[in-house]
Amino acid sequence: MNDNVQSAVPVLEAQGLCRRFGALVATDNVSLKLYPGEIHALIGPNGAGKSTLIHLLSGVLRADAGSLHVAGTDVSNMNAHERVRAGLSRSYQITNIFKSMSVLDNLVLAVQAHAGSSFGFWHARRNEAALYDAARALARECSIDDSLLGRTASTLPHGEQRKIEFALALAANPKVLLLDEPMAGMGPDETVRLTALIESMRGRAAMLLVEHDMQAVFQLADRISVLVYGKVIATGTPQEIRNSPEVRQAYLGDDDAPPTGSERREAEETT
Amino acid sequence: MTMRPTLLLTLFALALLIAVPWIAPIFDLDFYVSLVRRILIYALAATSLNLILGYGGMVALGHAAFFGAGAYAVAILGASGITAAVVVWPAAMALAGVLALIVGAISLRTRGVYFIMITLAFAQMVYYVFISLRQYGGEDGLNLTGYSTLPGLDLANDTTFYYVTLAIFVIVMALFNRTVDARFGTALQGIRENESRMESMGYPVYRLKLVAFALSGVVAGLAGALLANHNLFVSPTLMHWTQSANLLIMVLVGGIGLRYGGVAGAVVMLLLEEFLRQWTEYWHMPLGVLLLLVVLFAPRGLVGLLSKRVAS
Repeated sequence: MNDNVQSAVPVLEAQGLCRRFGALVATDNVSLKLYPGEIHALIGPNGAGKSTLIHLLSGVLRADAGSLHVAGTDVSNMNAHERVRAGLSRSYQITNIFKSMSVLDNLVLAVQAHAGSSFGFWHARRNEAALYDAARALARECSIDDSLLGRTASTLPHGEQRKIEFALALAANPKVLLLDEPMAGMGPDETVRLTALIESMRGRAAMLLVEHDMQAVFQLADRISVLVYGKVIATGTPQEIRNSPEVRQAYLGDDDAPPTGSERREAEETT
Repeated sequence: MTMRPTLLLTLFALALLIAVPWIAPIFDLDFYVSLVRRILIYALAATSLNLILGYGGMVALGHAAFFGAGAYAVAILGASGITAAVVVWPAAMALAGVLALIVGAISLRTRGVYFIMITLAFAQMVYYVFISLRQYGGEDGLNLTGYSTLPGLDLANDTTFYYVTLAIFVIVMALFNRTVDARFGTALQGIRENESRMESMGYPVYRLKLVAFALSGVVAGLAGALLANHNLFVSPTLMHWTQSANLLIMVLVGGIGLRYGGVAGAVVMLLLEEFLRQWTEYWHMPLGVLLLLVVLFAPRGLVGLLSKRVAS
């Protein structure tokens, strides 16, 4: 299956991305390919530059060097919102939704961004049934319960807010979805449910999954790239990564044990 | 449910406004027709600021520049003998709009305190430009030789001018209400709530804000054109930063981001000013106390306080 994937044309191709903050090289000549429909996990210890890389890809930060193509389009010089139009959508590690709005309004706003122009000055949006239908469909897809739609987003439990976070990114119907630690702060049950949700979206978009929860990573990823000190030190199937001595050395120290979810959580507690 | 009281209140207020020129003379209070007209003009200016401040979350401290530019457009064209309202008022709106477009294009690249400072700086620049225009009165200002002319209507007639102002006010408020409920308005409110997310959902945030800023300038320019006629006088004081602050306070007191917030603020502030002035020349002080109370106890302004009452 992996061979099939690799023979296709990549839907996202980053070439030699670099980004420095003063003397710190946060992203060091990173090249990355995502193939249509694949879930590609990006892992690495804290401070490896995962968030910076997500910012560079989504356009929040500009790269000092390198290029980025999405579905054949050069998006290197595009703003964040233009990159979304080109098919590149992202979610945030720290929940970044419209907290004082209702859940439904959150989703409608996300749908509206991709359903024609927002420079409409006359027709009341609340009468646009198509937007609301699409928003409800989006809610169902992301298993957000109907009973929650009327509630103010900030009053929802963290797990539900994470689903909204995911839904806002999915509304763009992207070719590439950047998921920045979707499981962040979630309990074990919620993590299992969100993993299933992401699994159910497999094939709809290529996904770059930045995640610390190794159970989720190894369950979902077709391929994994390992980022250490801003460099991609290895890319391969979960099996290859698990067995790579280089990865073990860099990522796990001299520990022999394979990375697991519980280990990750222990590491988090100590840092 | 909440529509009903709002609609009733709006119709009642409109009926009252229409009746003002009939009621006032009965009580020998003709003067108040002019006061209400002034309030309507300031309500327009405050509402235009509310679009960017309340709905778009842009704390602009330079709105008086657009207000004043509209007023000066009328005065300067009048000095050259051009007084037709159908020419002069659109010209005032265009001038203020283009000015807002330029100021917005630059200042909207900044955020927060920098945005406040840069809009303030631009407005002060415009203020000093008009002070230096000797041929148009410089610091002393400029008297208008007459009212703008409308076919079949004589603005020199207090009542006629009042109804023209009221008609413009109603039209602009109707357009404003449509806009804030339309896609543009909802996108603007999204930007107020969470700008970074709007950008990453694919909204052209900068362009949306710029269009709002320019529209806001256009309406402020129209209000300025009306004020020039109302006073038959313009001066750089109109553009002083304290005027910008006044408009900002009106929006805050009335209800930031609420439909009639700007209107309520203009009504309360100008009425208070008018009546306190009769009692004391230190009328700024009670106004200060009011502002303090609003900020402390009614963060959504007087309209916010009122609608909470109605809801409960």
